[in-house]
Amino acid sequence: MSGSTARAAHIVVVGAGIVGAACADALTENGFHVTVVDTAGVGHGATAAGMGHIVAMDDSEAQFALTKYSRDIWNALADDLPRAAERVACGTLWVAADDEEMQVVAQKCAFYRARGVRAEMLDSRQLAAVEPSLRPGLPGALLIPDDSVVYPPPLAAWLLKRACARGAALRIGIKVSRISDVGVELADGGKIACDMALVAVGAQAKALLPEIQLRPRKGHLVITDRHPNFVRHQLVELGYLKSAHGSTGDSVAFNVQPRATGQVLIGSSRQFDNNRAEVDHGMAQRMLARAVSYMPGLANLSAIRIWTGFRAATPDKLPLIGPHPTRPNVWLATGHEGLGITTSMGTARLVADMLCGRVTEIPAAPYSPCRAGQIDARSACATAPSALAAIGGAGHA
Amino acid sequence: MGELRREIFDIVIIGAGPAGMAAAATACAAGAHAALVDDNGYAGGQIWRRANNARHGKSVLATRWINHLQRSAAGSGGLARLQQTRVVGMPRANVLLAESERGALEIHYDKLILATGARELFLPFPGWTHPRVMGAGGLQSLVKSGLPIVGRRVIVAGSGPLLLAVANYLRHAGAIVPLIAEQAHSAEILRFAAGLARTPAKLLQAALLRGGLIGTRYCADAWPLRAQESGGRLSVTLQIGKRRRVETADYLACGFGLVANVELAALAGCKFARPGCVAVDDCQETSVKHVFAAGELTGIGGVEKAIVEGQIAGLAAAGRTTQTARLFGNRDAALAFTARLEKAFTLRPELKTLAGPDEIICRCEDVTLGQLTIGDGDQTFHSLHDAKLHTRCGMGPCQGRICGPAVAFITGAENDLRIRPPILPARVATLAADGGA
Amino acid sequence: MPDTVVIIINGRPHQVAEQSTVAAALLTVGETLFRTSVSGQGRGPLCGMGICMECRVEIDGVPARLSCQTPVRSGMEVRTGG
Repeated sequence: MSGSTARAAHIVVVGAGIVGAACADALTENGFHVTVVDTAGVGHGATAAGMGHIVAMDDSEAQFALTKYSRDIWNALADDLPRAAERVACGTLWVAADDEEMQVVAQKCAFYRARGVRAEMLDSRQLAAVEPSLRPGLPGALLIPDDSVVYPPPLAAWLLKRACARGAALRIGIKVSRISDVGVELADGGKIACDMALVAVGAQAKALLPEIQLRPRKGHLVITDRHPNFVRHQLVELGYLKSAHGSTGDSVAFNVQPRATGQVLIGSSRQFDNNRAEVDHGMAQRMLARAVSYMPGLANLSAIRIWTGFRAATPDKLPLIGPHPTRPNVWLATGHEGLGITTSMGTARLVADMLCGRVTEIPAAPYSPCRAGQIDARSACATAPSALAAIGGAGHA
Repeated sequence: MGELRREIFDIVIIGAGPAGMAAAATACAAGAHAALVDDNGYAGGQIWRRANNARHGKSVLATRWINHLQRSAAGSGGLARLQQTRVVGMPRANVLLAESERGALEIHYDKLILATGARELFLPFPGWTHPRVMGAGGLQSLVKSGLPIVGRRVIVAGSGPLLLAVANYLRHAGAIVPLIAEQAHSAEILRFAAGLARTPAKLLQAALLRGGLIGTRYCADAWPLRAQESGGRLSVTLQIGKRRRVETADYLACGFGLVANVELAALAGCKFARPGCVAVDDCQETSVKHVFAAGELTGIGGVEKAIVEGQIAGLAAAGRTTQTARLFGNRDAALAFTARLEKAFTLRPELKTLAGPDEIICRCEDVTLGQLTIGDGDQTFHSLHDAKLHTRCGMGPCQGRICGPAVAFITGAENDLRIRPPILPARVATLAADGGA
Repeated sequence: MPDTVVIIINGRPHQVAEQSTVAAALLTVGETLFRTSVSGQGRGPLCGMGICMECRVEIDGVPARLSCQTPVRSGMEVRTGG
């Protein structure tokens, strides 16, 4: 701590998923006093359900900025990550199905290169050579070599361990029922007094803050038994963009990942307005049929488990990072849709920089919960980020 | 993508062990268009695997039911037999997804009878992953499937009446079985044996077993401590009462009682009376309408209980509810036996500490017991599901069927591993097959 | 000797009982290591009833098949140790 006479602000991070864990890590690094609470455990929820693809995405400039920023942070940490995080620096292959999609490959390649991301176009022959299990005759792909895959729950645990080593408290089995002006109220009747609550519970944020425009977007994944070397890169069809971009209707896309274990993780599906955790067989069937159409040999692999998860989707597909528009003691770190594993690190840096009054390393405005359309119209953006100064006093360690 | 065959029945029975056979034959006799589905190529389940074959320890009761079943399946409109067919999921209401050598299959039903039986409980001890250490029922099933055992020396260990049946079978098949190590307390065993007088069939069975086992020591208060390789054979250290004894053997056949295969019932949404035990009403109907359960699923109780519950379920599913009452007395007697069985063979706490922290508990993912209590450094887990996410325990292809019950026993934690499709590993092609629905 | 069939185990032909499963056939010819575990241990069948997954072998090019649940068939190719 610095010589500041002010006590460190106490922040309750609600949610011990990857985003909450990354925020706890960054906040404790900046001298804040942090308590992390979660109903179920560390790295459950969407953190456990997702693919764990660390990816630079070019959907929009703002999405690119946050994913690239975050991916760079992850890559810098690569040597420190625990073995259980199962990091594989496999890169991403965006697979084109026809000549039209090959045009997209060229555009994407130019986009990434112009922004300092390594990218490489593969033709049909090169693609077949690096991924022989793909169906023959595909025209080519875009290789993004510095993307990677991880197994997220141990990463969340590792980040929280770092936070706890700096004094953070972790309380599991705690359900927050309400955030009041002086702290968080718990379902068991207890209270935790704090200066600020940071809500990082993904799609469940809606239960605490009903005014946020957040919709759960259900996804399915299938994992196989260990079949090493069947697939070598994270493979995503370019049509994925159509699937991920559409904000209505159910969709599936070919999205296959090699795990460090030799298992093959098969995605992906997107469904709005289905809040049941049960596997929807029809959706899983469509998703697998799509995957097999790209990779016929998948049909013979042994599938050992199917599960579902819920992405927290915002109307403009960008996360909500920063102060709640109307509640000075509430900050948000949610709405990461399918990119929370990647963008957790960037999110945490943005939150810490803003709370410390520093200039953020990338512009934070695109993710501000105050931007248009993120909050129910009845709430207005009344509080400027400068209100933070009121709770400040965090010494810079 | 992929052809999906479809078969439609009034009543579908899953599992062709005693409960499923009785349910199928009874439903068929009541005029229902029924199908009996099993992942084996033969009826009989684990207990009566090939039991109508003299080479495999012919059983009078088994033969009677196998013949009964064959009569049910004879002629048109009779019982359909879907053998070597594994049910892997329930894609929609009244539909099962199954897999066989011929590919994916949808089985449609109005009424479903679950008779999915039980598996052995395996507990870890040093050496339990050695390839010559097998389940007691596991070794028996391999011998019935063609493994020559003549002249082989087998130690049978663990708990429950199955150990006697296995030892008896193995001896008849030509094995040398010097010792059965039963972990239960000798006083409880004696009390249980005395109580068998109230169920004549069991008494008969016990007497037959005793006769067949002259030359094999049956030791209560006995359990395996360690098994290790020794010149191509196994050296097995046993605790017998207060003493230790080392035996050399070709196989250690070891099972600590039975655990019901409740996965399909859980997937169907059936409520449980207690962990591992599906709740049913007088007619064996579960909390899910038109889904019935019979046999080990409703409580581990052996063949008589399975048969009478199967009969009741078969009658009720076929709409002959009024005829079930005459069987309630038999079922009550079988349930009383179940309670005595459970009491006599309660697992002793010493078994929780056979394996040290370095012993593998999850055989699919090679997770050690030590990893479970203490995570990466100083983390303790809050549930089996939590431990699974962080250690991979229960994440492999058996989906926690082996390690889940063992961890629950050792740690006292609730087995909260989630049941999701496919309930058994399935080819991606099976799950991707398009039913056009 | 009961009726036999010839199956190929790890590239070599073996005569095995027609009525046996792949697991029983493998053990009969002395093949006790069916698969290599994640940490490198050799494993063989445990439950004998298609649940424990310890007896997985490659059969006719399809990986991770349950040998204890699969009857032998003439000409079948089995690979162990994977």
